[in-house]
Amino acid sequence: MTIAARPGRAVGAPLRREGPAKLTGTALYTDDLVFPGGWYGTTIRSTEPRARLVAIDLDPAFDWSRVAVVTADDIPGDNVVASIAADQPILVPVGGEIRHQAEPVALLAAADRETLREARLRVRLRTEALPPVFDPLASTVEFARYDLAKGDVDAGLASADLVVQGTYRVGHQEQLYIENNAMIAVPRAGGGVIVHGSLQCPYYVHKALKRGLRIGSEQAQVVQAETGGGFGGKEEYPSMIGLHAALLALRTQRPVRMIYDRHEDLAATTKRHPAIVTHRTGVMRDGRVVAQDIDLVLDGGAYTTLTPVVLSRATIHAGGPYDIPNVRIRGRAVMTNTPPNGAFRGFGAPQSEFAAETQLNRVAEAIGMSPLDVRRRNVYRLGGITPTQQVLRGGVAGEEVLERAAEASEFDRVRVRTAESRGRRSPRDRTARGIGLALAWHGAGFTGSGEAKMGSVVSVELSGDGVVRILTASTEMGQGTKTIFPQLVAAELGLPIEAVEMAPQDTALVPDSGPTVASRTAMVVGGMTIQAARRLREAVEGRTGRPFATSYRDDAADHGATRIDQAFEPYPGVGFDDATYTGDAYPAFGWAAAVAEVEVDLDTFEVAVRSIVAVDDVGRVIHPVLCEGQVEGGTLQAVGYATIEEIKLLDGRYLNDRLQTYLIPTALDAPRIETILVESPFAGVPHGAKGVGELPMDVGAPAVVAAIHDATGAWIHDLPATPERIMAALVGIDPPGPPGISTVSPRRAADGDTER
Amino acid sequence: MAIEPAVVSPATLAEAYAIAARGAHRPVAGGTDLLVQITGGIGPPPDRVLDLWRLDELRGISVRDGALELGALTTFSEIRASVACREDAPALVEAAATIGAAQIQNRGTLGGNVMNASPAGDTLPVLLALDAELVVGGETGERTIPAAAFWPAYRRTAIRPDELLVRIRLPLVADRRQRFRKVGTRRAQAISKVVIALAWRGDPGSGTWREVRVALGSVAATPIRAAAAEAALEGERPTESTAERAVAALVGELRPIDDVRSTAAYRREVAGRVLRRLVRDEGRW
Repeated sequence: MTIAARPGRAVGAPLRREGPAKLTGTALYTDDLVFPGGWYGTTIRSTEPRARLVAIDLDPAFDWSRVAVVTADDIPGDNVVASIAADQPILVPVGGEIRHQAEPVALLAAADRETLREARLRVRLRTEALPPVFDPLASTVEFARYDLAKGDVDAGLASADLVVQGTYRVGHQEQLYIENNAMIAVPRAGGGVIVHGSLQCPYYVHKALKRGLRIGSEQAQVVQAETGGGFGGKEEYPSMIGLHAALLALRTQRPVRMIYDRHEDLAATTKRHPAIVTHRTGVMRDGRVVAQDIDLVLDGGAYTTLTPVVLSRATIHAGGPYDIPNVRIRGRAVMTNTPPNGAFRGFGAPQSEFAAETQLNRVAEAIGMSPLDVRRRNVYRLGGITPTQQVLRGGVAGEEVLERAAEASEFDRVRVRTAESRGRRSPRDRTARGIGLALAWHGAGFTGSGEAKMGSVVSVELSGDGVVRILTASTEMGQGTKTIFPQLVAAELGLPIEAVEMAPQDTALVPDSGPTVASRTAMVVGGMTIQAARRLREAVEGRTGRPFATSYRDDAADHGATRIDQAFEPYPGVGFDDATYTGDAYPAFGWAAAVAEVEVDLDTFEVAVRSIVAVDDVGRVIHPVLCEGQVEGGTLQAVGYATIEEIKLLDGRYLNDRLQTYLIPTALDAPRIETILVESPFAGVPHGAKGVGELPMDVGAPAVVAAIHDATGAWIHDLPATPERIMAALVGIDPPGPPGISTVSPRRAADGDTER
Repeated sequence: MAIEPAVVSPATLAEAYAIAARGAHRPVAGGTDLLVQITGGIGPPPDRVLDLWRLDELRGISVRDGALELGALTTFSEIRASVACREDAPALVEAAATIGAAQIQNRGTLGGNVMNASPAGDTLPVLLALDAELVVGGETGERTIPAAAFWPAYRRTAIRPDELLVRIRLPLVADRRQRFRKVGTRRAQAISKVVIALAWRGDPGSGTWREVRVALGSVAATPIRAAAAEAALEGERPTESTAERAVAALVGELRPIDDVRSTAAYRREVAGRVLRRLVRDEGRW
């Protein structure tokens, strides 16, 4: 891959800012931070999916003077983890309802871990069981609902040559960042707390602390420590852990460490939402899709968290990247008595686009058309109109990524070969090869009016001592924020990248640039950073009459510090109406295609993904190495989603909540990944970037499932496409249960203690 | 939030026997199972641990008295590197190569796998298929327990609390052939869904199979031998019709369960399909 230099543009792949410290082991993650006199905190959780909390009993035989105990009664502010809705408590109060198996009920802290371990065993929860709901289709509590319509679906279906129907189900997926969630709270001298932690969104934690502790903005300070991955898993749950650590710190007036181990992190923190998606597709013999009728249900788990926003993205993306005249998409998200689901790379789109792409492949098969041609026929082109009535005015690269992927993978030629070998297959054959294709779009940045409401700010300052510094709450979690922002500013100012500093992600120092989510950092905050740098350059050059690079030090000496605060300015011509849910759902779309080749063991139906060609349109590439790394990582995460990653539940509890049982691909399972970066820029930002983080996650799974079909002839409708499901489809053995839905233990079922 | 139990690390086997005789110690070899249990808070931690790692008397691979002998502390890495194992116990070498990753194989031991008594222990079906003899010892001397009688129930062994596993003997059998196959969730670092080990003596003249052993892991509460499948193959040549009878017998006798790794239906079906493949490979049909 080569990226040509263009004037005024950041190019090249400078060393990652935080790379040397990580490589040499000097980077300080939360658990590396030392606070003398600090105590250890722990969380007492429910062990029932749904119950009334009657009492919290502390064993009187135990010496509680050595232990701090915090319950809901000790919360100074609102007993709410601030998010979209005010439904999730920080701790379940006595008399309140426990809604899932991992729900926090009480907090303990002690000077050493052994005391804490003993104390944990001396706390007993008295509860009255209530009937839980596990099946989303049986749930009567709705968190959100969106209905989109374009054209006349019923007429479209009636006019079609053929109508194809299918139901697709996907389960939970764990983010599995390499560093577990971790927060440390330290009481501040002037009241309030400083919270250090592993997190994506400092100001989300800040907001949660203010509300839960009833303290002012200055008394709540949040500092990001080096963060070992997030993938959305550290978007909201750090608010919960930060509040827990802060409550214990305020109680003990000591630093308190809440460092989750992997088991607790897996058992309690948010996962990708399970989904059930039903499609009815009307198609003409020539391959034109004339109608899509789509019904989508997301399982939100026990509390609202970010579910309405996840649902909105899932719904808008549910038809896939195709310009279909008649579309109806009905999306709803419901409550079940399972741990809340939340953000994970792709944020609803991987679920609905797996269904859309697998459905389209089945449609193509039904009319005898190749998966490539049916996409050529229907993909969005410039001027296309989406189900929210958005007109695609620029940066439309669906066709380009499709053709590049088909060409690089020799899709047609390989597909002829796999078809021939399928025709000659005998029981002697051990394995079967297959090739599969998928195409996706991914809305760049927040959905709808989200960005305008957020009102983000980023600052670039020239300090009095002549240092150029970026002040932003956008976080580094391994994806490259700390490297690309200095690149963008350095390019704008004509400076070497080393001359641009990044201020620490500390709410006492940096403005609220919004959360580091939704692939918005490179596009939205990156664009604002360039705008700020441009204004700084103009201010300095206006005073000195010389180019910034040769005059800024003099300007700082003569004039003192200059700080530019750049607020988000809505992109011209981009508008969305929340009331009708129509308009420009996203300022731009990224486009991705993937072609997967798999080898399926014909005895065991184990799937080895051999290679994936990943073609991603990211608008503009800022740092080719980091960008390619994002595509490779997202692709591998999608391979895990497609083939092996599945949370199994019993009575609403995750059964495989350890790394021994929740398996992700290892290096041996990783395919050869060929990344092709396409640049179809977004005109609304100076650098044209559209983001890359989530895009590759949308296409990998449907490509792999299509390849499994090409190899074996079986369509797998449920993710992951495990050997158990493939064998059930081909041999007729009993299939495993649906992904993402808890089974009920015989005792509970016998008691009738369930509404399932 | 684990606590460290008290550890005693004797330097000689005699000392270790004396400590074992006092009881209440949990023996540990490489620690690859026990340490995960302790740090993960899985089950109550042992109060006292008897660390066997210094006991070189329990190390070494040799051929002696008509058997391949492996000390209980023989690591999976040592098995993989051993010429004697590759010659006389290739199925054991294959099994050792599927366990954990390099770090686990450097530390994990054959004796540990035997004593952990997991139904998913990858080497255990091989030991059953090769008619292994497990030599256990204590202050009162040594005795030998056949592998077929060593795992009487879920995670139980036939050893007494005052005894330690000393070595594993694999009797050398002329013309014996062995095959091994593990089915796991991913290509490394995975606990098995099904393990199958197959051994037999091929009659050089007639091509018939004698002393057939079909042993499996992860399909029952203990590693097991499949008696009906063995009977279907005994005295037969590896033809397609023999294979079909053996597969039907195997599928009929297995009673696996649904668990977090797989389903009963898959395990039963895949065990049959793998057995068919192994027989087909030998019969070349």
